[in-house]
Amino acid sequence: MRYQRVLLPIILVVAWEIAALAINNPFILPSLETVVPILINPFSASFTLGTGSLAENAATSIERVGLGFLIATAIAIPLGVLMGRSRALNDFFDSLIEILRPIPPLAWVPLALAWFKIGLTSIVFIIFIGAFFPILLNTIDGVKGVKKTWVEVATTLGASERQILLKVILPGAAPTIWTGLRVGFGIAWMCVVAAEWLPGISRGLGYLILYAYNFGQTNLIIAGMVVIGLIGLAIDLVFKRVEKKWFSWRGLER
Amino acid sequence: MALVLDGISKSFSLADGSVVDALSGISLAVADSEFVSVLGPSGCGKTTLLRIIAGLESPTTGTITLDGERITGPSPRMAMIFQEYSLYPWRTVIDNIEFGLEIRGMTREERKKRAIEYLDLVGLRDFAERFPYELSGGMRQRVAVARALAIDPAILLMDEPFGALDAQTRNKLQRELLDIWEKTRKTILFVTHSVDEAVYLSDRIVVLSPRPGRIKEIVPIGLPRPRERTGVEFARIRRYVLDHVENMAASR
Repeated sequence: MRYQRVLLPIILVVAWEIAALAINNPFILPSLETVVPILINPFSASFTLGTGSLAENAATSIERVGLGFLIATAIAIPLGVLMGRSRALNDFFDSLIEILRPIPPLAWVPLALAWFKIGLTSIVFIIFIGAFFPILLNTIDGVKGVKKTWVEVATTLGASERQILLKVILPGAAPTIWTGLRVGFGIAWMCVVAAEWLPGISRGLGYLILYAYNFGQTNLIIAGMVVIGLIGLAIDLVFKRVEKKWFSWRGLER
Repeated sequence: MALVLDGISKSFSLADGSVVDALSGISLAVADSEFVSVLGPSGCGKTTLLRIIAGLESPTTGTITLDGERITGPSPRMAMIFQEYSLYPWRTVIDNIEFGLEIRGMTREERKKRAIEYLDLVGLRDFAERFPYELSGGMRQRVAVARALAIDPAILLMDEPFGALDAQTRNKLQRELLDIWEKTRKTILFVTHSVDEAVYLSDRIVVLSPRPGRIKEIVPIGLPRPRERTGVEFARIRRYVLDHVENMAASR
């Protein structure tokens, strides 16, 4: 790793510590040594004001995101394939999607509460909304981007519609669908934090940092934010790793 | 006669309601193991004709029969080779060659065995595990030929297969194609706009006129193979065919 990549974070941490000493107010900017112990003891419940350990809260958030993301994937990919393949279906769904897509996921919160009441369903619904559109739109793009010749080769070799779908369309669209999943997961992860601010929630990283604010524990807020950032980063890296391993042919079609 | 085209015509309706005739009254009989080129300027519908035979498009009128059997869609007895973008970039070379066999439900071992056979035929054994983007244009077309041959079709339909290659590679692949043709005795229907290519390869050249494409002339090439591109007789035939093509272009 080149040193430039870690330079800015190190400068920031040093600057933070200096500023914390200068301000001398842990509510505005807690010092490093009050944040680090929380981060290096992720399984200890003694830093988190009785809301369960950092790891437990993270696991709860990951579960919620996972559930919403999986449901979004299960609906968006098949729908995207259908829309990418059929002009009629595309036209049928397109206007509705164009209207719904610009609505921020968080604008769905009141409606989610009205429909699903307070609880897991509402959170999962918000995450679903966040992940759904990037996956859908990328799937449509990916399917439309499948080269005509690829399909025609399969047709002349006697492939059935099903074989064309499984052996040509899906693998051909896979890199773009994967991008959709990656972007969708990123948005879902952002949504979970905000969705955990809904009333009646008592676990999760989003809940934890808001709860910490109510108790003036800024060090816990920052520790929670760092964990949110690191988990998002780790998952994105996994997506990128898979992309590099399986979809390195993208852009090299000849 | 293996492949018989009888009165094939094709019209397209455009968005503004007008109708364009792409092909008109194409009748042709191709014998078993014959190498026939379809030659014509761009826009003469030669590719459309090949796509109709391949079952990718249907003719407006006319029929196609293969050994007396009417053909109305993609036939397992024909394989088509496209100009470019035909290999699956997510599959290795050998997996690409196995594709048609996979479609037919052949077992893995059987497929592998057959694919290696055809890899050998096109001289790419050492590239079995490579991906298409790691190959040169000429190699990719060899893979496409191997994939088409692997399903053991009676007829190879080739749509300007060497059109995207540089002249040197092109000549090399033409020689290789003739070798393969002599080994396998497939019937080949070869679309090209290169007079040189058509004269070098074919038993007969079908010259199409521009829009709507009609058969202008069928030129048998009696020269023994391998043909010498610089030979006197080659030049004479080349001149003869070229005159036909140029006359058509001039009279447009």
